[in-house]
Amino acid sequence: MQCVVTGGNVKVLGKAIHSLSRIGDELYVEPQEDGLALRSVNSSRSAYACFLFAPLFFSRYSIPTGLNFRCKMAIKSVQSVFKSLPTLEKTVEKCHIGLNEQKDRLTFTLHCKHGLLKTHNLSYQDSESLEAVFDKNSCANVFKAQPRVLVDTVVHFPSSLEEVTVTVSDERMWVRNHVEDEAECSKAMLTELCLAADEFDHFAVKAHYSITFCLKEFRGLLLFAESTGLPVSMYFDEPGSPVVLSVTDSVLEGNFVLATLSDDRDLQKSNKGGDADQSHPPDDFMNDDMDAYLIAMDTSAAPGPSTADLPPPSLATSRKPPAPNYRTRTHSDEEEDDDDPERPPDKKFRSLFFGSVLPPSSQMNTQPLPTQEVLASDSEDEAEAE
Amino acid sequence: MKFRGKITDIACLNHFTRVVTTISKLTKTCVLRLTPDHLFFILPGKVTNGGVGMWCQLLQANFFQEYQMEGVTSEVQEICLEVSPEPWSRALKTVQSAKSVKLKLTRKHCACLTVAAELPTLSSVGRVVTHDVPVDVIPRRLWQEFQEAGVPDFDVSVYLPPLKTMKSVVDRMKNLSNFLVMEANLNGDMNLKIQTDLVSVTTHFKDLGNPAWGDVSSQDGGPSQSRDPEVMAEVTVDIRKLQQFLMGQQVNPSKALCNIVHQNVVHLVLLHEDVSLQYFIPAVA
Repeated sequence: MQCVVTGGNVKVLGKAIHSLSRIGDELYVEPQEDGLALRSVNSSRSAYACFLFAPLFFSRYSIPTGLNFRCKMAIKSVQSVFKSLPTLEKTVEKCHIGLNEQKDRLTFTLHCKHGLLKTHNLSYQDSESLEAVFDKNSCANVFKAQPRVLVDTVVHFPSSLEEVTVTVSDERMWVRNHVEDEAECSKAMLTELCLAADEFDHFAVKAHYSITFCLKEFRGLLLFAESTGLPVSMYFDEPGSPVVLSVTDSVLEGNFVLATLSDDRDLQKSNKGGDADQSHPPDDFMNDDMDAYLIAMDTSAAPGPSTADLPPPSLATSRKPPAPNYRTRTHSDEEEDDDDPERPPDKKFRSLFFGSVLPPSSQMNTQPLPTQEVLASDSEDEAEAE
Repeated sequence: MKFRGKITDIACLNHFTRVVTTISKLTKTCVLRLTPDHLFFILPGKVTNGGVGMWCQLLQANFFQEYQMEGVTSEVQEICLEVSPEPWSRALKTVQSAKSVKLKLTRKHCACLTVAAELPTLSSVGRVVTHDVPVDVIPRRLWQEFQEAGVPDFDVSVYLPPLKTMKSVVDRMKNLSNFLVMEANLNGDMNLKIQTDLVSVTTHFKDLGNPAWGDVSSQDGGPSQSRDPEVMAEVTVDIRKLQQFLMGQQVNPSKALCNIVHQNVVHLVLLHEDVSLQYFIPAVA
């Protein structure tokens, strides 16, 4: 396999790798007939990203016919090849990627100015195929926006924020931070941003859904979109069904598929939000009256009346059968749909691959993973349960 | 009890954000007291804070283009809230380009200070972002804790050297010792000293000048005229508290001075055009 990337495309490739590093720790490389595919998935299988670079992206793209090769490698090592992108832009004239199957190495050679050659030999491991099959066209809601709009939106949320909730109506999109539980509710700052339909290049809403997904991975895509200036398309359906974000160009296609929370409570909230399809509430000073609250304060020792407004969280979540439009092609023949029955019915991110339920990545450290058979693992898989 | 303020001027917004950010660097939570003319950020000097006290006063007319409030009762035109300035500062920092920013007291799932900003966009409809910062309303029976501590009966009052210089000195001294001695005299001299078993370091500042407090009637006469100008009044403080104070300062004040009550407390006073900040650091027992 020989691929050569020249000029500005070297930076694009570097940016793609940096974006993928926001998803997972490993880079899956698969040279295909229709281009070079670079993929990554996170450990809880709730986020997947794929960049497909068409042969035209390369100044030379030759793979032996019938090559059935795929590998994975630590993404940090590939990142180090493309570190310091501004310098890369100025000094690197072309990047040559070659495969050495005997030594299990992928060689990245950077041809820089002044005749300088930087060669990086990166070892890889054989890996299973990694591909989430999803159908963007079947999604109810489709949006397309310039990256600037989305970057300006996420800047209002702290970088430590895990999840955001996006709610749409016919004319508007609300983005707010998602607060996990009751205890946080009274302490956490709530931020909400409202975008109008005409800020988007395309805004098609068939259903007033409200979805919650991880912001960190979304930012990963924006990193790429912003530097290349490509508009971002967003496809989503009901909560539980993944949201797909993509950037497309004539020579490349990037897709980020993120799991969304499947939760009854969110559905309730979205119904309320959807119906309240009014423009921003009138600036009414009288609505902010605190008197009733204060009277309660003075007479009671404890601060404030009970927050009766918020409905108690519904513990039972509806677990939907795995949607037919996402599955994994794996080497293993067994297809398992394992739900650990001992797990309390909690909100969970639906795994993209197994159609079963895994705890959200934020809970990974505190709770052991349910004993679920990890199908897409290689022989050297470290235990996923920490 | 209602509060609503609006800032439309960019410079005012910038300035207000800097004040809130400075406060957020000094303390994790503080009391926000609102009156028709002023906003106060107060940290009463309690044992729980390590005895550190803070009093910051803003004239609302210098920041807000619109300001309306109604106090807890029609006679008492005041509101006291316990607020965490850090999320508030974060929210304000992200809306610096806003056309207008409204600050209001609202009731969502709990009492909140809402920052509502109208952001400029290319579309016909403005983009609105709201940040709800939860606050606690402080009942009236606790209000006496939040009155202004008068200027203490100090022994020496001296102007401070440039805060940046002080900060770099204190930052280095912090590596050597936990306690620092601040001393000054009526000749405009100030020393910052640390002493350990192995080393002692002193930084001398000269010709700082002493503010004239002569006509301040609230205290029982300023430094007595008979005090020997060479004699130093000193206080041993926890160096981290002094460092925290210096770290938070973002703007050079028009006046910065320090009142020292010998072996008791250091009272730092920073005066900007629209804001005055007082900070009390007690002596280490």
